[in-house]
Amino acid sequence: MSLITLQGIGKSFKVAKRSAGFAEAVKALFVREHTIVEALRDISFTVREGEIVGYIGPNGAGKSTTIKIMSGVLVPDAGTCTIMGFTPWKDRVRYVRHIGVVFGQRSQLWWDVPVIDSFELLRDIYAIPPGIYRKNLDMLTEMLSLADIIRTPVRQLSLGQRMRCEIAASLLHDPAILFLDEPTIGLDAESKIAVRNFIRTINRERGVTVILTTHDMHDIEALAGRILMIGKGTLLYDGSLSELRSRYGTQKTITVDYKAGASPIDVPGVQCLSRSSGRAVYTFDSDRIDITELINRLSAGGELADVEIGSPPVDELILRLYKEHRV
Amino acid sequence: MNAPLSLLKMRFLMGLQYRAAAAAGILTQLFFGLILIMVYAAFYTHNGEAQPMTLKEVVAYVWLQQMFFALIVLWQFDGELFELITGGNIAYELCRPWRLYPIWYAKLLAARLASASLRCLPVALVVFILPEPYRMPLPASPAALLLFILALLSGLLLVAAISMLVYISVFWTMSPVGSVLMIAVAGEFFAGMIVPVPLMPDWMQTLAGLLPFRWTVDFPFRVYTGHIGVREALAGIGIQMIWLAALAAAGEWLMGRALKRVVVQGG
Repeated sequence: MSLITLQGIGKSFKVAKRSAGFAEAVKALFVREHTIVEALRDISFTVREGEIVGYIGPNGAGKSTTIKIMSGVLVPDAGTCTIMGFTPWKDRVRYVRHIGVVFGQRSQLWWDVPVIDSFELLRDIYAIPPGIYRKNLDMLTEMLSLADIIRTPVRQLSLGQRMRCEIAASLLHDPAILFLDEPTIGLDAESKIAVRNFIRTINRERGVTVILTTHDMHDIEALAGRILMIGKGTLLYDGSLSELRSRYGTQKTITVDYKAGASPIDVPGVQCLSRSSGRAVYTFDSDRIDITELINRLSAGGELADVEIGSPPVDELILRLYKEHRV
Repeated sequence: MNAPLSLLKMRFLMGLQYRAAAAAGILTQLFFGLILIMVYAAFYTHNGEAQPMTLKEVVAYVWLQQMFFALIVLWQFDGELFELITGGNIAYELCRPWRLYPIWYAKLLAARLASASLRCLPVALVVFILPEPYRMPLPASPAALLLFILALLSGLLLVAAISMLVYISVFWTMSPVGSVLMIAVAGEFFAGMIVPVPLMPDWMQTLAGLLPFRWTVDFPFRVYTGHIGVREALAGIGIQMIWLAALAAAGEWLMGRALKRVVVQGG
């Protein structure tokens, strides 16, 4: 049975508009112009328990709006949404006990006091039994290496430290589902990897279902078995990353280093991207050309020092998907 | 510990973090109290006619105002709540297993209690030992003191219910400036924060009687001095309760409507 079911969800916002300039500003005092922006249109999908789903799409596509509807913050205009038997916006108070949410661009920690005070406040808000709180706090402190920063006021933490604390804060009450809205935004490589590892662990060991939005395709590659792609408010793709790869990813690049004295050669059907003495980069379609054979033919030009075969980065795949759907 | 108590504790911790602000607050309160009493003392010496309140009653009124300033002053608004609505952090508020009206109400009470408790005692210590005519008089009777405490506390509940309406209005206006200014000017005056209500002209007193504001300041303070008698005070506490129920019901209903159309600002 699916844990999360969305059926025909739609949501539109009224946006005030005015042109620049003083006269326009005065006019807007009396007459406001509004345009209706359809943020979501007929969004339907289901998520099973224990899945990690990456929710992607360009800025303004409706990712955050969907997350906010699923976490009970926004009320949609149309459609139904059932999560663990609850309708988030109707059963909000009872429902939100079972979910953890991190909005990467906001903070749920109290700015002026040490992190641990915020954690204790959350313990009281969720009425977490002392034993469970202790256990979760110890586990999170260890996994996210919080021991050194937990007694520091939030305003003195770096972004990476704060994000680790934010994620810990959203898991203190043992949620079954974790919604992460851009959890790696603005983080350095080390913090990103720490966050990803943690998400994977919490999913594997505690069975927490994770739905995350991100613009960093490395997050998706590292974490998500499944991708939902949204553009201009409609769902465009629902499937695995490897499916996406096999659809678009047959194009490969091969970089060849030759030992001294050899000169790179041309192979029919293979496009040469760059060539210098001792080194050449080619691109080819792996459906049409066999890789072993290609290497054999390339080695005819001289003794090979190194061969590197690469797939196009996921970013490029996504970009092609966006282009195909004109978003 | 449950959530409201815990919020209160958090508030105290935050208040203690900024000791200099509390100290400055205490000095401001003493300064304004002294200036006001000076003005009233001059007015009472040079005006022979009998006034509706004695100077002693006015002195008590002024010092109570300064001591419990943070509890009952209407325009002390919590920037954090405005920030939640206009900055979009309301998203996190709605992810918590609580109903928003009661918890915001509790937050307002917590903010007021925390800031009053840091100021009330130091100011009280000073004003009870000042020389006459500046010295703070004792309550009219033990019964008056008890009723004063009750009236002050329900006044606090009432102030919080009134300011909740201002916070809720921000869901529509997206800027606290207008609603705060309107409520601050009107409420402040009709509460008796600027001039005690008995010293107002008759028509103004009638108007003040029709509004909820005077039940937050004027009423409890005059119970302390005995200007309002015991029986009248009991009836007054009843009226405070009726206002409280009406304002809280209105607030809860409006909040429900606001949340249905909530927009999280800033994506």
